Amino acid sequence: MAGAVKSVVNFLGVILLTYLGLLAVTFFIGRVMPIDPVLAIVGDRAPEHVVQRVREELGLDKPLYTQFGIYLKKVAQGDFGTSVLTSNPVMTDIKRTFPATIELATLGIIIGAGIGIPLGVWAAVRRGGMVDQIVRVMGLIGYSVPIFWLGLMGLVLFYAKLDWVAGPGRIDVAYEYSVTLESGFLLLDTARQGQWDAFRNVLSHLILPASLLGYFSLAYISRMTRSFMLNELAQEYVIAARAKGLSETRIIWRHALRNAMVPLVTVVALSYAGLLEGSVLTETVFAWPGLGLYITNSLQNADMNAVLGGTIVVGSIFIGLNLLSDLLYKMLDPRTRTR
Amino acid sequence: MTYTPEVPTPIFPKEYSVKTMFTRSAAALAVAAAFALPATSLLAATPKDTLVVTWAIDDIITMDPAESFEISAGEVMGNTYDRLLRYDVNDPSKLVPDIAKSWTVSPDDKTYTFEIKPGLKFASGNPLTAEDVAYSLQRAVILDKTPAFILTQFGFTKENVKDKIRVVDGKSVVLLIDKPYAPTFVLNCLTANVASIVDKKLVQANEKNGDWGYGWLKTNYAGSGPMKLRDWRANEIIALERNDNYWGTQSKLKRVIYRHVKEAATQRLMLEKGDADIARNLTPQDLDALAKNKDIKTTSTPKGTVWYFSLNQKHPILSKPEVREAFKWLVDYDAIGATMIKNIGVVHQNFLPVGLLGASTDKPYKLDVNKAKALLAKAGYPNGFKITIDMRTSQPVQGMTEAFQQTLKRAGIEMEILPGDGKQTLTKYRARQHDIYIGQWGADYWDPHTNADTFARNPSNADDAKSKPLAWRNAWDIPEMTKKADAAALERDATKRKAMYLELQTDHRQNSPFVMIGQMIETAAIRNDVKGFKIGPTSDATYMFKVSK
Repeated sequence: MAGAVKSVVNFLGVILLTYLGLLAVTFFIGRVMPIDPVLAIVGDRAPEHVVQRVREELGLDKPLYTQFGIYLKKVAQGDFGTSVLTSNPVMTDIKRTFPATIELATLGIIIGAGIGIPLGVWAAVRRGGMVDQIVRVMGLIGYSVPIFWLGLMGLVLFYAKLDWVAGPGRIDVAYEYSVTLESGFLLLDTARQGQWDAFRNVLSHLILPASLLGYFSLAYISRMTRSFMLNELAQEYVIAARAKGLSETRIIWRHALRNAMVPLVTVVALSYAGLLEGSVLTETVFAWPGLGLYITNSLQNADMNAVLGGTIVVGSIFIGLNLLSDLLYKMLDPRTRTR
Repeated sequence: MTYTPEVPTPIFPKEYSVKTMFTRSAAALAVAAAFALPATSLLAATPKDTLVVTWAIDDIITMDPAESFEISAGEVMGNTYDRLLRYDVNDPSKLVPDIAKSWTVSPDDKTYTFEIKPGLKFASGNPLTAEDVAYSLQRAVILDKTPAFILTQFGFTKENVKDKIRVVDGKSVVLLIDKPYAPTFVLNCLTANVASIVDKKLVQANEKNGDWGYGWLKTNYAGSGPMKLRDWRANEIIALERNDNYWGTQSKLKRVIYRHVKEAATQRLMLEKGDADIARNLTPQDLDALAKNKDIKTTSTPKGTVWYFSLNQKHPILSKPEVREAFKWLVDYDAIGATMIKNIGVVHQNFLPVGLLGASTDKPYKLDVNKAKALLAKAGYPNGFKITIDMRTSQPVQGMTEAFQQTLKRAGIEMEILPGDGKQTLTKYRARQHDIYIGQWGADYWDPHTNADTFARNPSNADDAKSKPLAWRNAWDIPEMTKKADAAALERDATKRKAMYLELQTDHRQNSPFVMIGQMIETAAIRNDVKGFKIGPTSDATYMFKVSK
């Protein structure tokens, strides 16, 4: 019993330390950056006395560790500060921008894993075949082509020329004010309000940027799946299963892939986390008001409250997804379960 | 219990052909696609009563006119808030009444009386009276945010503003200023956004802890203009709606929506597709390419913004007069005008942009490497020297800097470019730690004093000076010129005033550490069915309520 409590305390301690370290590093980088945060608030035209006054109001004339201490105290009380750029509390801003990124990233990873895993299996099974070559080339493209270029090309082709998908932004202007934002997840909100026209419009806006993100995770996931599968298919149990008379399908999907899933889960989880932190370039090209754009814009204006708030969210995602993949590991691989 | 093998449903087993696998997967994908790609052209791209504008609006941080100073916000203010008077967009030297019925100026030029039009209402339904006018102006002075200097330069302070700006007879507002400034100067300042009239009742109802409604008005609306602010989601969208309580001509459009689209290429695609009616941030290349598109036309207006290189006078070499002049002969003005700023600017060599009273159009400088070399030799640097420039990585600034680097090399000057992001380079500039800086400056109000104030005045060159204009940022100590600029602001006679500014610009051209390059032209691309859209010379004069489709 004491052992269990000890491990829980240990575990929480590690998490707390991680957050603290994350915040400290970000905070000090922010304050040491050669950008004057007062500039973003008062602008270039402000008379000198306004600049000084705002500097004092923000507490920027105090020593660094005092400022950090004040910030930590506020966070402990649940106050993440106000963004100087939007004048809203940081958490309100994040509640507004994060769902947009979640929707995009989730659809992206579904496409990426949904296509990537079967593709990787196919490439491993028919090693050296056509699909294997395709997977290799796709992987190469995924690593070398800049995502914003591919995004723009996608827009030119599928939006401008072929008219298959809707353009940048999350929803058409015509529907903008007929949908009430409840959760911020437009797919859910439109569905819940029964607005199926708007729902299809949102999906149409989502599909291209999600496919773009999906493509880049696909390139990575398919390569990893392929190599894990090759590893499994070379094992002795596969030969034994074939000797027993099991069909090829059953061997591939129920046995080999099941075992390959164990490391694959971590790969997919981390890809998902990478998408969730907001792909700034995709969000810029598609005018997607998500978390990546929010954090980047705040960083360029030295809006540290917003950057730190965003950092906490991103850090939480990574910690959460790491935990999740640990749990899934335990579920999928009985050998890792403690007795 | 025998083991019965299940009937296999093979997917990718070795015995099936590639063709079958391919057709199965293609079929699956087609089904998915059919569901995911719904008809996109169900509705017209943009409704007839709604105008969609793509613009980079991530500079906006507030909707309070007493605090607002950014360019995009300026345009929103110009459409949603009224003020005492405005200038005529077609002839900026003419002033037209807005909320004011008429005004008089006392013979000593220190008392301004405005009679307010009767029967006006705010968008909220509250009546608009002289009380609201006095309240709004006092509020701007007392809150003392960035743009307040436009009013406080006339002697208003937190302590005296309630006496100096007050209501008389219940329907007029009187302003008492401290010095007999040129009336056109004072009146032009009152056309600025900071002098917008806000709804006193509404603002006071939302006041917290005596903040004059500052916390609330930052993200809300309390105006009386032709359009009202319906929604502002930072870095995402601004929605304006027709104000049905407006006292003047109603806006033809019901709604104007500004969508934040940072990437110029994306803006262009949306415009070509018809998902946007106006695109504001296109590059010269985009504009050239769109010239061939029959559905799209362009409109341009010269702005009160100028580009310049400036030389830090704290630097021992750059402070030599011959070196300063040499730099002015080493800019290839013609090439820059023909390529880098084509469609978005014109070559201009004075600190007053064309359109302001007294602006000079003299262009004495051109690229002359030999002359520059001779000047450098005279200064003691026949073989040139090494220097750096802080440049923000955006166009056309980057192009102009690179061109400058090339021409400077021909005279032996090696200029190293230090790229940085906008705020980063600005921070360094304001701390006077640069060698050379490339910048731009736009007029705050439509009077020559706005640029003279910053280019030709430096009340104190000390590090802790109370006022830090551009001349200060470059450590240019000019007590005599400051006096001349001050005198020009006080000159009542327009002809005399014009002559004073012309003289200032000549002096400035010859002696200043500023190498003026060009004046900005703002160009927008619009779809053919959009009528009545004209960009104003200042950001608050682009009137969306005059536009129709």
